[in-house]
Amino acid sequence: MRITCPHCGERDRREFYYKGAALDRPAEDAEPEAWHAYVNLRENPAGPLAELWYHEMGCGSWLTVMRNTATHEILDVRLASDAEPGAASGGKP
Amino acid sequence: MRIAGKGLSTQPKSVSFTFNGRHLMGQEGDTLASALLANDIHLVGRSFKYHRPRGILTAGSEEPNALVTVGHGTCQDPNQRATTQELFDGLEARSQNCWPSVEHDILALNNLAAPFFSAGFYYKTFMWPAAFWEKLYEPMIRRAAGLGALSGEADTDSYEKAYAFCDLLVIGAGPAGLMAALTAGRAGADVLLLEEDSRMGGRLLVEQEEIDGLAAVDWVEIVLAELRSMDNVRLMTRTSVTGAYDEGTYGALERVSHHLPRSHSLKGSHRPRECFWRIAAKRAVLAAGAIERPVAFRNNDRPGVMMAGAVRAYLNRWGVAPGERLTVFANNDDAHRTARDLAQAGVHLAAVIDSRHDAPDSDLFPVIKGAQVCNSSGGRQLESITVRSVRGEEKIQTDCLAMSGGWNPSVHLTCHLNARPTWQRDLLAFVPTPGAVPGLRTAGACNGAFSTHGALSEGEAAAAAALEDLGLARVAAALPQADDAPYRIAPLWAVPGKGRAWLDFQNDVTVKDVAQAADENFRSVEHMKRYTTQGMATDQGKNSNVAALAVLADVTGRSIPETGSTTFRPPFVPVAIGAMGAGAADQGFKPQRFLTSHAVAEERGASQLEVGLWYRAAYFPKPGETSWRQSCDREIMYVRNAVGICDVSTLGKIDIQGADAVRLLDFVYTNTFSTLKQGRVRYGLMLREDGFVMDDGTTARLGENHYVMTTTTAAAGEVMAHLEFVAQVLHPEWDVRFASVTEHWAQFAIAGPKARALLNGLLDQPIDGDSWPFMACGEVSVMGIKGRLFRISFSGEEAYELALPASYGDSLFRILLERAEALGGGAYGMEALNVLRIEKGFITHAEINGTVTAFDLGMQGMMSKKKDFIGKAMAARPGLIDADRMQMVGLKPVGAVKELSAGAHLFNPEDPVERIQDQGYVTSVGFSPLLGHMIGLAFLKGGAGRIGDEIRLVDHMRGIDTLCQVMEPVFYDVEGGKARG
Amino acid sequence: MAELLAKTACEGLLPLQIAGLTLHEAKPVTMTTIAAYTGQAAALDKALKAAHGLGLPTVNGSSAASDARAIWFGRDMALLLGPEPDAGLAQYAALTDQSQGWAMMELVGDGATDVLARLCPVDLRLSQFAVGATVRTEARHMMASVTRVGEDAFMITVFRSMARTLLHDLKTAMEAWAARG
Repeated sequence: MRITCPHCGERDRREFYYKGAALDRPAEDAEPEAWHAYVNLRENPAGPLAELWYHEMGCGSWLTVMRNTATHEILDVRLASDAEPGAASGGKP
Repeated sequence: MRIAGKGLSTQPKSVSFTFNGRHLMGQEGDTLASALLANDIHLVGRSFKYHRPRGILTAGSEEPNALVTVGHGTCQDPNQRATTQELFDGLEARSQNCWPSVEHDILALNNLAAPFFSAGFYYKTFMWPAAFWEKLYEPMIRRAAGLGALSGEADTDSYEKAYAFCDLLVIGAGPAGLMAALTAGRAGADVLLLEEDSRMGGRLLVEQEEIDGLAAVDWVEIVLAELRSMDNVRLMTRTSVTGAYDEGTYGALERVSHHLPRSHSLKGSHRPRECFWRIAAKRAVLAAGAIERPVAFRNNDRPGVMMAGAVRAYLNRWGVAPGERLTVFANNDDAHRTARDLAQAGVHLAAVIDSRHDAPDSDLFPVIKGAQVCNSSGGRQLESITVRSVRGEEKIQTDCLAMSGGWNPSVHLTCHLNARPTWQRDLLAFVPTPGAVPGLRTAGACNGAFSTHGALSEGEAAAAAALEDLGLARVAAALPQADDAPYRIAPLWAVPGKGRAWLDFQNDVTVKDVAQAADENFRSVEHMKRYTTQGMATDQGKNSNVAALAVLADVTGRSIPETGSTTFRPPFVPVAIGAMGAGAADQGFKPQRFLTSHAVAEERGASQLEVGLWYRAAYFPKPGETSWRQSCDREIMYVRNAVGICDVSTLGKIDIQGADAVRLLDFVYTNTFSTLKQGRVRYGLMLREDGFVMDDGTTARLGENHYVMTTTTAAAGEVMAHLEFVAQVLHPEWDVRFASVTEHWAQFAIAGPKARALLNGLLDQPIDGDSWPFMACGEVSVMGIKGRLFRISFSGEEAYELALPASYGDSLFRILLERAEALGGGAYGMEALNVLRIEKGFITHAEINGTVTAFDLGMQGMMSKKKDFIGKAMAARPGLIDADRMQMVGLKPVGAVKELSAGAHLFNPEDPVERIQDQGYVTSVGFSPLLGHMIGLAFLKGGAGRIGDEIRLVDHMRGIDTLCQVMEPVFYDVEGGKARG
Repeated sequence: MAELLAKTACEGLLPLQIAGLTLHEAKPVTMTTIAAYTGQAAALDKALKAAHGLGLPTVNGSSAASDARAIWFGRDMALLLGPEPDAGLAQYAALTDQSQGWAMMELVGDGATDVLARLCPVDLRLSQFAVGATVRTEARHMMASVTRVGEDAFMITVFRSMARTLLHDLKTAMEAWAARG
């Protein structure tokens, strides 16, 4: 698998560390259910999924990667710092 | 036998080799297979299950029969295919899976017991008693049904791995691949052309054909010369592409030294035996050719029964006729070329048996049309075949039958990303499904274009399409003129009749086995495969898959496309584990990190401890000390009584700067840092978002917006990624920057009542308790060198950590030791450090084990209520602050047994020692020379409320059973006055 | 009285010569990471030019002056090699002394690209990676920075403590390259 880092260009996936689904962190005073969902609950789609990858061996950027979990096709990569709030979770809470 | 005037080598050099101990001669350019055939040796091995005599079937990497062991001892390579093993002077090869010899194999008795060994035999026979499986059945089966054996000794070869990149990867250098490479190369694309064989040309090396009026092999040389002249084209032979992966990634195995005497690739000689390539290609052309398939008929596995295309290859490329009286059996026109070439070379050809009534005639040889070979006879080599036709059955004397059931395009790589091939009725074969692998196009025989013209034309077209994708302009050139004979074929998979007709030669699977599988309702092709083991040998069914599923389709009354194909998975050819793990043996396994004090530690004979990737001194033995405990106890007392020196540079150090640095610290630590003054250090605790403790450490404020954070050695990388996560993902609006400075500083703990005295002998400006109180930090100058001093303590004594740029680490450590020794102290290692911190109840990752909360550590007071921080919400869950949770306590032995052990579990003295009664577990133990007994840290259910109770410690593994007293987890200087000075 | 003696990261390990390839430690210089604060990149670039005669390197690139060089060193970060950084830069960027944190080796010779193809999963051929180009990548299992400093010369940088491992991995690859002939 190859991921195109917005800084470094196309790189082998071995340079990246995988965190998991890209989700928005709840507010400090959010209900326990919201925190439970953030920490423990994950969608498991056979298709596009917004994920967080860390270019650990490269520039050190956290990336929001849209990956098709069924084909491993990388549909979109952007710097996580540029992501719109809410965009990461695809509108899901 | 060798035919004068045939073969590609004009004046070949002789090469000597041995086979099963016999000294034989071959010639340069030979494979082991061609050399054996030239010496009229057909019997090469024994089959997997029945130990049937087997010969050479093919001339390529798909060979299922002629597997041999090359070399011996540490250089023993089992299961090498004689058809790809190049001959070299001194090659030693021998047959495998036979005893005492390939001619007289005792286990050939299995062949007589064949009715018992049919499909599902293992599953049905070795059912019970269950205990027999591991001890009796499995070892017996493994011994009887095996391939070659490993030497059992460590591999002495070196392997390599490498990365390559290109615009266009061309897989296979036959006519289609050469044309694709030429087209792309001329257009300026960055081309990588890989060929499995030792020589490029593919079928053009073995066919009597002309291209543009030249002999095909001469055309190949001209093309290769042009390709070699291009800077943008790289050519690699002896390299098999093993797999297609995501986003244009391909794996390839280069056999660097298999064609050379073994001494070339032994570790000391540095030349790798194999190199495993990871290739990233923007576009790829698969031009892998096709593999001829056998026809199943009774006893079709006898040595001397070969593939027609292989017979032609041995004749035309190596000048070898694999027999004196040959026959051909086919269902297609292509095999007639074998007959033609043999006849033209003057080899006696008894007949061509063609299953088709409309087979072409020939002036050169008799053609028996509408006929089938229904049996063969002979011992260790074919003697005759039985031909069935409208005239009845007749025997024909022959020592080599060249058979062809048609050609299967090599679609394997196109299926590696889950695609299935498409059945093409007129070819009676599966062809690649377009778009099966993004960026990969197929051309030539692997795409079902079996003529040379078809291959050239598709190779050019595939390259042209790739060029368009790459935005490169094609250079116009005429397509070379070549043969375009149609490929005509009629279905023939298995000749009806009694007896065993082989489909999978390597795993001994016959037509009957497939029928039986279907009969027992293993009708899915995937079930049939697993039940019969068809396609599961090292050739992965390259020779047998299509015929086996055609037979399955027939017996289940379905069409071939309905029946479907099994899954092709990487690797395309077997890959040695050594090549997969290249570079990872010995020192290459993982990086080794050495401290600047490492040389001194070695000089002093320190025992080394691996801490993550770091090597740290465990203890520094003195003459006369006979156990590590003596050294450890002495080093502990240096710190308690005088001064000890310890290298603590492995702790992660992260430089944090920016206007929002302090907001970040407040957010990642549970406690508050916005109140930390410049020139002061504070201990902090970090949680994961799920509320459990992630790491701890100190952070020093060096300037207005400048901090340096220390992490534990183990979590340094994790904390760095975590900080970046917070700053980039959660709070990109914060202005904060990080830099790891772990390696820039050599940092030494100077601990003990005489620490300040030692320091004041070194510092250019002496310090005192007022200017440097507990938890102070700042810049200092040591012999003119600027450094940093932190008054922090991990031992409970008055202690400092002195940091100088790492270049001075070695020198500083020597000076510190010299000074410490003069004051009655010295170096201390990890063992002493561990006891010192247990005495004080300080935690490490032995305690922060991922299941522990701040509450469990008695640090709930450090969780600020005034601010948000990572893990705050989840740490507040009732279950994480339940008084009945396991909480950290101290332990000391009070019974007859005085030993404690980490990993032991705790039980109430009155309870039985059962899992369900488990009260907790021990995380750290050490012998305190100060207290004169062992001490430990443990997590105990409701521990905070059980101080003073007795608890039973049980360690079944080490046989320890100790009565302990539960203590506060601080054994020494509970008030902490010593560290504060 | 004893005095403090400095040792370089690769002291006693290098140089190394195998066939036409040489590996030596880069001349030790002051190294400072410069991480521009939010919105300060342009001002920093200007200040760098004024103070040291070179601008901020572009992503995957480097910049040079007579006695200074700056290489891109990751997200929002450049590594200044040579001079002590001008104190005035600190208002635009986080400055961190890294002089002793990294082991820097120079691999020089005809086969240098082939050797690095055994360590790094990036395309370092001259056609793709010109003189002055730089990458943050891995060298085997180590975080690394690789810069092309000449047509057949690379500077490879890993954490100081890993100097021996980098040497081991490079030496193995150099020997294998040489043995292939």
